[in-house]
Amino acid sequence: MNVATPSVEVTGDDGSVRLAGEWTLAGLQGRLPSLRQRLTRASAGARTWDLSGVQRLDTLGASVLWRTWGERLPETLIADEALRGMFAAVSVLGPRPPAAPDRASIPGRIAGLGRRGLGALSQMLGVVGVLGQAALDLVHLARRPQDAPLRELSANLYKTGVSALPITALVGFLIGIVLSYLSALQLKNFGADVFIIDILGIGITRELGPVLVAVLVAGRSGSAMTAQLGVMRVTEEIDALATMGVPAGLRLVLPKVLALLITMPLLVAWTSSAAIAGGMVAAAFQLDMSFGFFLDTLPRVVPLANAWIGLAKGLAFGMTIALVACHFGLNVKPNTESLSENTTRSVVSAITLVILVDAVFAIATRNMGMPG
Amino acid sequence: MKPVIEVSGLVTRFGRQTIHAGLDLAVLAGEVVALVGGSGSGKTTLLRQIVGLLRPASGEVKVLGQPVLSGDPLADRALRRRFGVLFQQGALFSALNVFENIAFPLRELRWLDRDTVRDLVMVKLAMVELEAQHAWLMPAELSGGMVKRVALARALALEPELLLLDEPTAGLDPDRSAAFVELIRRLRQQLGLTVVLVTHDLDTLAALATRVAVLGERRILAYGTLEHVMAQDHPFIRGFFALDRMERALARARS
Ligand SMILES: Nc1ncnc2c1ncn2[C@@H]1O[C@H](COP(=O)(O)OP(=O)(O)OP(=O)(O)O)[C@@H](O)[C@H]1O
Ligand SMILES: [Mg+2]
Repeated sequence: MNVATPSVEVTGDDGSVRLAGEWTLAGLQGRLPSLRQRLTRASAGARTWDLSGVQRLDTLGASVLWRTWGERLPETLIADEALRGMFAAVSVLGPRPPAAPDRASIPGRIAGLGRRGLGALSQMLGVVGVLGQAALDLVHLARRPQDAPLRELSANLYKTGVSALPITALVGFLIGIVLSYLSALQLKNFGADVFIIDILGIGITRELGPVLVAVLVAGRSGSAMTAQLGVMRVTEEIDALATMGVPAGLRLVLPKVLALLITMPLLVAWTSSAAIAGGMVAAAFQLDMSFGFFLDTLPRVVPLANAWIGLAKGLAFGMTIALVACHFGLNVKPNTESLSENTTRSVVSAITLVILVDAVFAIATRNMGMPG
Repeated sequence: MKPVIEVSGLVTRFGRQTIHAGLDLAVLAGEVVALVGGSGSGKTTLLRQIVGLLRPASGEVKVLGQPVLSGDPLADRALRRRFGVLFQQGALFSALNVFENIAFPLRELRWLDRDTVRDLVMVKLAMVELEAQHAWLMPAELSGGMVKRVALARALALEPELLLLDEPTAGLDPDRSAAFVELIRRLRQQLGLTVVLVTHDLDTLAALATRVAVLGERRILAYGTLEHVMAQDHPFIRGFFALDRMERALARARS
């Protein structure tokens, strides 16, 4: 594209200024600072501005000239109707407001810190709110069982449970191998080979299995739940459901919470079994321990209470993840930035809360399920 | 005059469904071409082909003398900066407020300073009759008509030579539609703009269009001045421009 160069020329000694060329975005590219300087210099004593040589003028050219003239037309302006129309369009530009002072002050920062704390508190309350609503919905279902969202529940069972089986088994098995291998190296030094079964049995069923599954499910299903609810908020689908008389809590939140309550304990049992199998394989290689011996000893050294504790943790973690995911999903603001932010926060908060709940479990069950 | 848009032998397919079968269209510089056709006839799809969002199954699309999909990223980008697009649903960036939406293409140029960008955005807002305080609203807080106008302001941000508008006046009240018509007229006069617009609004069409293209049966059924198109004997054309309705619109446009 050939563009006529914009130019500024002071003619005669009466200080009239002649402009020519293309005063457009394309014409001004790369020339704006130098032209601005020339304009400012020329405008010092100029009364007459001759724009008859200007071929094209767009909003950029017009607003640059308008600013040079101090937000008004010059006394004498030689320009045709089209150019004057352009200046009429930029005449909305008033004097520039003074730059606002920015940078947070120290009290401002302290206030910001407080606001964040309050924000975290209100998020916690929000999660409790989702729990309360789910409980109310359950009561409603007890009275009107025909409203039960069975299709949604079964879809969620499949998505959070069945389709998670391969990945949880794989991760569990590999962690079992690693744990068993590293422990065996140490135990061999002390000749305490048989204790590998105690370590794996108690460690995995009671602690590692549930936490591992919780992390996987929070990343897999929790994020998916938040994103789904969030997109439904962005596209106003939740509003559309509400106008059809379909309550979002009953149809969207409750099936997710129930599904995780059912699948999480099962996934914990499944993953813990895979991890113990992995540990057993590694023990066979490392310590020459036969499968038969391993399986015989396991129930004798690991009290059954540990399995129950593991399953109970599965229940608690599942509920935590689902409630957090739904809370953040329902609180997405209708824009993409908020969607991505809430999905991240959902996963991070879910995992953090799971660890907290795990600590509570550790204290509450400290007298249960220990051998001897 | 050289054509600004040249579409030749365009074929568009989605799976087994054919939307355009050998469609030809040429738009000359300075024209305002109105694209009309039934719902689902492929008007939006044709615009998407013209701006290079879709790749034709066969045929060629040239804009401003260059193929839209040249394969050279730099050339493609330079070409895209020379036209402005208004999407049917607005397609505003939901995470940015109105001001930032309009400023975005300007900042992408990387050579305009902050104050200049601010001035340009404010002028564009005034052009589409939005007030300065609307600049700080988020897209989700706008009415449907306001979304259209912000999207138009954004399409105008880079002072395009070619403007492609998908139903620009749908959702605007009659006053605003008239103001829109006035705005496009003025821009055309000042900047020599070429415009292709999809519209169902007979008033806008009668007031603005230098030529009308009727899309149907997977091709252009008729293309010419409004009088020429109205004289065609085709069931869709007769239905669309139900003559009495059209005469009223023409009378309004002339008054
Ligand atoms: N991405 C896509 N995949 C499959 N089919 C599509 C896609 N986009 C459009 N279509 C189909 O192409 C046809 C034309 O769609 P298009 O959006 O171009 O219609 P239109 O003429 O703009 O209609 P309207 O006036 O209602 O906006 C429709 O039948 C639509 O279903
Ligand atoms: Mg369309």
